[in-house]
Amino acid sequence: MGPHRVQALDNVSVEVRRGEFVAVMGPSGSGKSTFMNLLGCLDRPDAGHYRLDGQEVGRLSSDALAAVRNRRIGFVFQSFNLLPRQTAQANVELPMVYAGIPRAARAATALKALAAVGLDSRAHHRPTQLSGGQQQRVAIARALVNDPVLLLADEPTGALDSATSLEILALFQRLNRAGLTIVLVTHEPDVARFAGRVLSFRDGRLVDDRHQVPEEAPGLREAVP
Amino acid sequence: MNALDAVRSALDSLRASPLRSALTMLGIVIGVAAVIAMVAVGAGARDQVLRQIASLGTNLVMVGQGSVVRSGVKLGAGTASSLTEDDGIAVLAEIPGVTVTAPSVRWGLQVVAGNQNWGSVLFGVTPDYMDARDWSVVQGRGLSDEDVAQANKVVVLGQTVVRNLFGGGDPVGEQVRVFSTPLTVVGVLGEKGQNTQGQDQDDVILVPLSTAKRNIPGMAKSNPRFVHTMVVKLADGTDQEEAQAQIRDLLRQRHRLIEGQDDDFWMRNLSEVAATRDASSRALSFLLAAVAAVSLLVGGIGIMNIMLVSVTERTREIGLRLAIGARRRDILMQFLIESTTLSLIGAAVGVLAGVGTAMVVAGLAGWPTLIRLDSVVLAVAVSGLVGVFFGLYPARRASRLNPIEALRHE
Repeated sequence: MGPHRVQALDNVSVEVRRGEFVAVMGPSGSGKSTFMNLLGCLDRPDAGHYRLDGQEVGRLSSDALAAVRNRRIGFVFQSFNLLPRQTAQANVELPMVYAGIPRAARAATALKALAAVGLDSRAHHRPTQLSGGQQQRVAIARALVNDPVLLLADEPTGALDSATSLEILALFQRLNRAGLTIVLVTHEPDVARFAGRVLSFRDGRLVDDRHQVPEEAPGLREAVP
Repeated sequence: MNALDAVRSALDSLRASPLRSALTMLGIVIGVAAVIAMVAVGAGARDQVLRQIASLGTNLVMVGQGSVVRSGVKLGAGTASSLTEDDGIAVLAEIPGVTVTAPSVRWGLQVVAGNQNWGSVLFGVTPDYMDARDWSVVQGRGLSDEDVAQANKVVVLGQTVVRNLFGGGDPVGEQVRVFSTPLTVVGVLGEKGQNTQGQDQDDVILVPLSTAKRNIPGMAKSNPRFVHTMVVKLADGTDQEEAQAQIRDLLRQRHRLIEGQDDDFWMRNLSEVAATRDASSRALSFLLAAVAAVSLLVGGIGIMNIMLVSVTERTREIGLRLAIGARRRDILMQFLIESTTLSLIGAAVGVLAGVGTAMVVAGLAGWPTLIRLDSVVLAVAVSGLVGVFFGLYPARRASRLNPIEALRHE
């Protein structure tokens, strides 16, 4: 470690329970990205522990972490990160490719996941042929396809207009009500109000941990869009 | 990720930028095509030489007059021109296994027919020579013992001479002149093509040995029995080395060469010619291998370059794949398979181009070509290795990316 070692997170202790919908807030540099990377097993803590679904994962090897990310965590990014030349279905299949699932089974599961986000009719479209909201829903289907215990969303509405953002948030709420644990990083209070718990970071410390009654996203009770 | 998925994904990404993939393959294509085509031409030429030699028979020994300086040693009369018709008679009589000795003189000169003329090579020979060298006669007749005995002014023409003097018409019965001597054409030789040295064997005129000596100025040597070369034909199954040693001893004795003195004649057989050809074709093969190696090296560097560009361009994709569960070795394999696929497709195209080139060369230049399967296998295998070797560095680089930074890459 060089002289410019930065302590991104200091003495943070958080327990997220199964089925929670947590929003992580804080300005840039607050440590929320580092927190997110640790939660997503993309990074390992230099000190301290991280137990995911009862398993200590803070000291796992790189390959073992890859397997944890593959089977137990779903990622949703601000910029969707879909492979541009692959169809929606192929994009959704990708985590199953790395899980070693045979081709035929992959196709069936991918179509089911696309149906769950209301895009089964667009299975053979490429990302460029889809709107931003549709692309993000493909990304959510991809995150769900290996049946994760935790869905991590990093500014998932940051690239979307407000109407589309609400649709995506409604989708998150519906998934959460069905039992999925969601941790969502955002800097917008407008987004955080749909979560049941808000963690606020500042200067590498957790400064606020607040439970709230989530606002119901419009369209939540409607049929799948 | 299994191998099939990896290959499919590699093909997808190569298809994404077809022009770039094609240009990247070009180095490999050219390298492989060069190897296949050159080996085909080389093997064809070699095959032809071997067949030529086989058709001539390896049981021929050529003996020629040497150009040895006699370094002040006074020799007796009759040795001014070292090789003579009598040497031939002696070899035939005394060396076991010798069936024919055919003496000849040769002289380059101008042949004139009507208002046409042509520079050719005149051979003064006996009928035995035609037999030993396997000359056939396609029109008229060959030279006879009577022609030689009476020094008849007759001539047998090679195909090239006929073509140039008579435009392919029937020359039998026509007159040609060499120096001031008119000769009657009595026959035309069958076509032989090039010899192992690449000389046109059909550019010859054959006259009786005695006629040549009597009528060609410059052949009036002090010894009227001299010859330039003689062909010695051995019976099948004769030990060639042994016979050559005996011929050498006999000739040294007849030429009164003392111990330590160099031969005043040369001797070679066709298997020596074949060995020379073999050595030169090996040198050529080495050269071609060097060219191919350089071309494959350049092709490999091209692949490495484009794979590095590709890794940089696809940093976010790599980050995503790592995030959703790809292990480092999955990423490594993905890029290795991509680079190897590039080089193998290049090799496949190169094989087709090489075979095509060989066929075009065979068709247009009339060279014999022979596609060697081992050259195809070797070229493809080396290309595959080039793909792996030059793909390794970019693939390692891709597999070592930090997923967090890769996902943030713009």
